[in-house]
Amino acid sequence: MTAAPILSVDDVQVAFPVGGLLARDAILGVAGVSFEVRPGETFALVGESGSGKTTLARAINGLQDISQGAITFEGVRIDGLGRARMKPLRRRMSMMFQDPVGSLSPRMTVGDLVTEPFRIHGHGGRNLRDEAVRLLNLVGLPADFAGRYPHQLSGGQARRVGVARAIALDPALIIADEPTAGLDVSVQGEVLNLLNELRERLGLAMVIITHNLHVVHHVADRMAVMYLGRFVEVGETGTVFAAPRHPYTAALLSANPEPDPDRARDRITLPAEVPSLMSRPSGCEFHTRCPWAQAKCAAMPPPAGDVSCHFPLSPGARPPPREDRP
Amino acid sequence: MSEAVSSPPARTRSDFGRSVRRLLREPLGLFGLSLVLLVILGAVFADLLTQWDPTRINPRDRFLGPSAAHLLGTDQLGRDLFSRVLHGGRIALYVALVSTAISLAIGIVLGLIAGYGPRWLDNLMILLFDAMKSFPTVMLALALVTITGPSLTSVILVVILVNVPGYARIVRTQTIAIKSSEFVTAAQSMGASTARILRVHIMPNVIGPLVILASMDIPVVIAIEAGMSFLGLGVRPPTPSWGSILNDGFGQIRETPWIAIAGGLPIIIITLGFTFLGETLRDVFDPRLKGRG
Amino acid sequence: MSTLSISGLNVHFSTEAGSLHALKDVTFDVPERRIVGIVGESGCGKSTLINAILGLLSDNGEVRSGQILFEGDQDLARLSRGQMQDLRGPRIATVFQDPMGALNPVLSVGRQMINIQYRSPQSRAAKAARAVEMLKLVRIPDAESALGRYPHQFSGGMKQRIAIAMALMMEPALLIADEPTTALDATLEVTTIELLKDLQATIGCSVMFISHHLGVIAELCDDVVVMYAGEVVERGTVRDVFRAPAHPYTRRLLECDPARQSRRTRVLPTIPGEIPDLRQRPRGCVFAPRCLERHAGCDTPQVEHALAGDHRARCNLAPARSPAAVPP
Repeated sequence: MTAAPILSVDDVQVAFPVGGLLARDAILGVAGVSFEVRPGETFALVGESGSGKTTLARAINGLQDISQGAITFEGVRIDGLGRARMKPLRRRMSMMFQDPVGSLSPRMTVGDLVTEPFRIHGHGGRNLRDEAVRLLNLVGLPADFAGRYPHQLSGGQARRVGVARAIALDPALIIADEPTAGLDVSVQGEVLNLLNELRERLGLAMVIITHNLHVVHHVADRMAVMYLGRFVEVGETGTVFAAPRHPYTAALLSANPEPDPDRARDRITLPAEVPSLMSRPSGCEFHTRCPWAQAKCAAMPPPAGDVSCHFPLSPGARPPPREDRP
Repeated sequence: MSEAVSSPPARTRSDFGRSVRRLLREPLGLFGLSLVLLVILGAVFADLLTQWDPTRINPRDRFLGPSAAHLLGTDQLGRDLFSRVLHGGRIALYVALVSTAISLAIGIVLGLIAGYGPRWLDNLMILLFDAMKSFPTVMLALALVTITGPSLTSVILVVILVNVPGYARIVRTQTIAIKSSEFVTAAQSMGASTARILRVHIMPNVIGPLVILASMDIPVVIAIEAGMSFLGLGVRPPTPSWGSILNDGFGQIRETPWIAIAGGLPIIIITLGFTFLGETLRDVFDPRLKGRG
Repeated sequence: MSTLSISGLNVHFSTEAGSLHALKDVTFDVPERRIVGIVGESGCGKSTLINAILGLLSDNGEVRSGQILFEGDQDLARLSRGQMQDLRGPRIATVFQDPMGALNPVLSVGRQMINIQYRSPQSRAAKAARAVEMLKLVRIPDAESALGRYPHQFSGGMKQRIAIAMALMMEPALLIADEPTTALDATLEVTTIELLKDLQATIGCSVMFISHHLGVIAELCDDVVVMYAGEVVERGTVRDVFRAPAHPYTRRLLECDPARQSRRTRVLPTIPGEIPDLRQRPRGCVFAPRCLERHAGCDTPQVEHALAGDHRARCNLAPARSPAAVPP
């Protein structure tokens, strides 16, 4: 792929101020990440709670100021762009939020919800009622849903309404924060199929934020694994799944319970809790939980690159027995 | 995971219609509604219900007890009390309606600004609301009347000053809670203007509970009007007001109790009516109970 | 003897639009010292089932018929409010998705763990020691000093482990765990499951584990009960049910789990359609409208067929499909 990236994130940091008036300090929710998304590509940001993935998504969408770095969308630098100058770009980039029902305004009908982007950005003489029917059709909901309220929808239906609203203005990029959160497994498949279908039909690029690796596996072309606000591994989804190189990625992949009672579970268990962002570990920040950690890991930050690890795993590596660990 | 019980198959019947039907099925709500309607109808059709002029002085008919001709008797100036009570209802309802509507409008605007605006503005406005609230109503009324003189307008002004801080605070708290919800963030992400977010996404979610609350405040408003008129700070004689009727009867409550009763009874009726109605409305429309059954 | 034995349980809710038949003929056992998983999607009746067992059905809910036998002799559906209250906590403990439901934010963890032993005649020091022991069991680091801390000072995973410690402190006969790992991250989820398994073996209680996550059920549970629209459609050992699912719904549900798709696919399997309106239950099979294996027999009421071992499925086709079927 040689097309110019539609989105490029360059060494972005997001700092949150903490402490009182005197002891001012800042913690880094996102601590310098870079990636690019090309037209038609799906990029997944994977990580557990507190990894900074949602903060990064909000920063890309301009809902969160960044403290360092640059975000370029369709060739335009968008970080620090004021609300007024950002507005026209919002036609091209839409965001879907985690809670399928909670991200829909409770007193608005589905018809009003899906056509809200037109009300904000102008409808150019289009009949909004027809648009609502068209959009509902696109996401596989019957037209009579236009009169319903969010609390009358199931999670899956509400998610479809969210998708319809996100594609209303024909965006080039959709950022989807946990698109399958809170949905039943049978419905998760429906939503992912819908996203895939729309992506192909409309040529969308997508950034998907999730902690659910199964979702990533089936929809993403490339993925990045986040830990404490940094990327620990970036790569093609298939490659990462087949042979994770960072111990954290390997642990995440192994932590996926599968519905097969007889499957051998050679799981990599992570000791200790996720460290606080207030007191980041020295050297490689994963060393406090890494089963393979060595003396060097606590002393020196890992090399930059697609895998930030001093000792990347070879395929099929097993963690050393527990007793050997320091 | 939600349950079958909490996510019934969608129905097309409107929520509002359902709520009204439920209201009518609650005996207390129905009772409250009847009392309120009784007073409203009495005030609206006052001229049809009695042929007596509420302000006409009739020295020969002073202190007449209740009879077929004068249903509630007459006062010390020989005026028909039934007619005065019905016309007093007009004053009471007018004050209640106008001042509540104005208080709501001002309260909503101030509350939205405080809740959605910058932190310093919020702090400043909270300070202002608290300062306003800390004035005793009677002092506020006296102070205002010294400036403007006793009139219906000063009654309305006092009610507004008393009500606005409370309403604004409620709207502010709700706004703060709602502004961090995902649907507001979603609207921001779509590029909606602040005005649109306040008008379309926040206000509709604030206004329902507030209106119900305001309906429960109406008895207080009526009591303020009656109280001020009782003290001679409100409606000027000879205009009838429940408060001034009460005052007329207060001096001779032993000799001619019907005068005080004529002034007090409607206050009791309207207070009970609006309280029962408001409480039932709250139960029926409370969003937390929505979707049940 | 089973710790919990539910038979022919029918629960109805009266609603404005008529009577809603939320649980229909629910029958299953939670045998002693076993972990039974309850799976099903939204609206399958999991919460109603828990509330019925705990005697916490809302005012418009009613157990129309059936028994909920606890430890062989007490029918939970018939107990008085007071008797039920005495059982909840010491004999039947619960853990929910949100640990803050069990933890009081303004009391220290130690205080709460001592308070919960109010029935015990032991000294305060002995109760504190017991609390420390439990915290160690759920692998809270530095258990002694943890007693003095408040719930907000712990991470989400630790809070859930403390909630589990509190639930198991009185050594209940039955632990009802309602999606206790759903809100946790994947790495925490698996450690919590392993912990729960260890604890159950140590304490020797029975567990009823409710989850929509098939992988977690497969890993943790001995038996599984599959629910759909308020009915038990299939039950048996985890191995029988997951290896040879006999009800079409179970088969479809397993297919849908993205974890089963080891090969990357762009089109994931789904179950089109929705749960029927439980106010008008169909006379025949409740899954029929969404079933791919629909046939004429689906319109007649379905009975639960016994298959090999304790494996049972409520599908008239099940015996024909299963070679080891036993006639009902």
